[in-house]
Amino acid sequence: MIRALGYFLEIIKGGLITVRHFNTNMWFHTLKVLGFKTKRKGAVTIQYPEEKKALAARHRSLHRLMRREDGKPRCVSCLLCVTVCPSECISVEAAEDPDSEIQKVPAEFIIDMSRCCFCGFCVEACPEDAIRMDTGKIELAEYQRRDLVLDLDKLLK
Amino acid sequence: MDIVIAVIKIILALVWFLVLTLYLTWLERKESAVIQDRIGANRANIWKFRFLGLFQPFADAIKMIFKEDFVPAFANKFLHTLAPFLSFFFVAITICAVPFGDTLHLAGRTINLQVLDLNAGLLFMLAMLSLGIYGIILSGWASRNRFTLLGGMRGAAQLISYEVALGLSLIGIIMVFPSLSLQSIVRFQGENLLGFIPKWGVLIQPLGFVVFFFAALAETKRVPFDMPEGESEIIGFFTEYGGLKWGLFMMTDFMEIIIVSALLTTLFFGGWQVPWLAADGFQWPWGGGWALPHGIVVLLQLLAFNVKIVFFCWLQILIRWTYPRFRYDQVMDLGWKVLIPLSLLNIVGTGIVMGLLK
Repeated sequence: MIRALGYFLEIIKGGLITVRHFNTNMWFHTLKVLGFKTKRKGAVTIQYPEEKKALAARHRSLHRLMRREDGKPRCVSCLLCVTVCPSECISVEAAEDPDSEIQKVPAEFIIDMSRCCFCGFCVEACPEDAIRMDTGKIELAEYQRRDLVLDLDKLLK
Repeated sequence: MDIVIAVIKIILALVWFLVLTLYLTWLERKESAVIQDRIGANRANIWKFRFLGLFQPFADAIKMIFKEDFVPAFANKFLHTLAPFLSFFFVAITICAVPFGDTLHLAGRTINLQVLDLNAGLLFMLAMLSLGIYGIILSGWASRNRFTLLGGMRGAAQLISYEVALGLSLIGIIMVFPSLSLQSIVRFQGENLLGFIPKWGVLIQPLGFVVFFFAALAETKRVPFDMPEGESEIIGFFTEYGGLKWGLFMMTDFMEIIIVSALLTTLFFGGWQVPWLAADGFQWPWGGGWALPHGIVVLLQLLAFNVKIVFFCWLQILIRWTYPRFRYDQVMDLGWKVLIPLSLLNIVGTGIVMGLLK
């Protein structure tokens, strides 16, 4: 009997926790509706399309290819990224470069974003720092699959 | 003329009931959000005008109306369609016994602010609430799905066991306020205890109130007692429903919350009574008074009734979003081994006290 009463008290205590949350949050919501500025908000929600959370400095987002000083792609078509890619979404076609220092350039560099798993291995593998994932673009949805296949021009932008 | 008044009363009561039901879904979303430090549904808008998500119930309704009316091939088509309507009907009809206010004197007429003053209104409400179980059993049975059948059977077992406690806990109230008519039970609660405490049911029947509250929570089949639904183990009796038929079950749930709040208010918290408000204005217990015109008194009474109802709806939603659900055997234990003995104790205690006070 006493134990049951103890349980009952604990149940009421648990209810008071939610009442406390309700009251404090309601208080801050009401202040906001009435136009007062408060340090604390009534909710931790980030209302996504309007408000956006800042991305972390090392967040892996959409890829981009880097350029040399003269504007040509830095990529030397070594195919290390193609080899390391676990989802096999990169395909590179090499072409010859007249400059003997460079020797190879990509004729075609395609990333299929519908397969990419954003592991960042391509960035780690690249010896020329030619590919980076720091554009901060994370909203990559498209209506058609073919729009998710990015070629050299799109990646160099 | 009487028929016109009756029709107007029926329409007004149903509109009140359905609008409150619609906005209870809104309240449920928003209240759970506030409890959990969220914002809740606020995107439904008309011309970019959101207004705290108040259009959300309409968006939900439109979505449900335009969904496909699907009956599984293996289901009993007639019973499958009948079940949600039965469930809805038996809850919707209970509103006719709820007293919204005292009598209104208008153009030489005396209008009772209650659709139908049944002399056994309390029994009528309990009977209709128990008949609602047919909707659940039928939906479970007609879907021809093991899980829905389990849900329906669990619902039946739970409702039968809690119906006993619910009925027994109200016997104390009937002993104290010797009537079964809800309107006269409310009138009895207008008197004062010791001259200044309102004679509300909760003050003279505290144990009865606790038992009734738990039993009524179990009757609404919501989370601490959601055995028929049991979304973590069986999906429940309405697994095979979709669209508006599912919506009817959902509305039944919310309407049951309102009816339980109405019963709690009427039986234990003085219904439309405002403390110390008589038919001609306030009469303070320390002497003196404050005369008010008849219209204002009626409005105050209606307001008091609505405030109490909304408070109890709020409390039930709070309970739903606070407590985890019981195990099935714990629900049965609570019903048969705790609530029924407590309600019997309440009857005996009430009898002894009434005998001593005579």
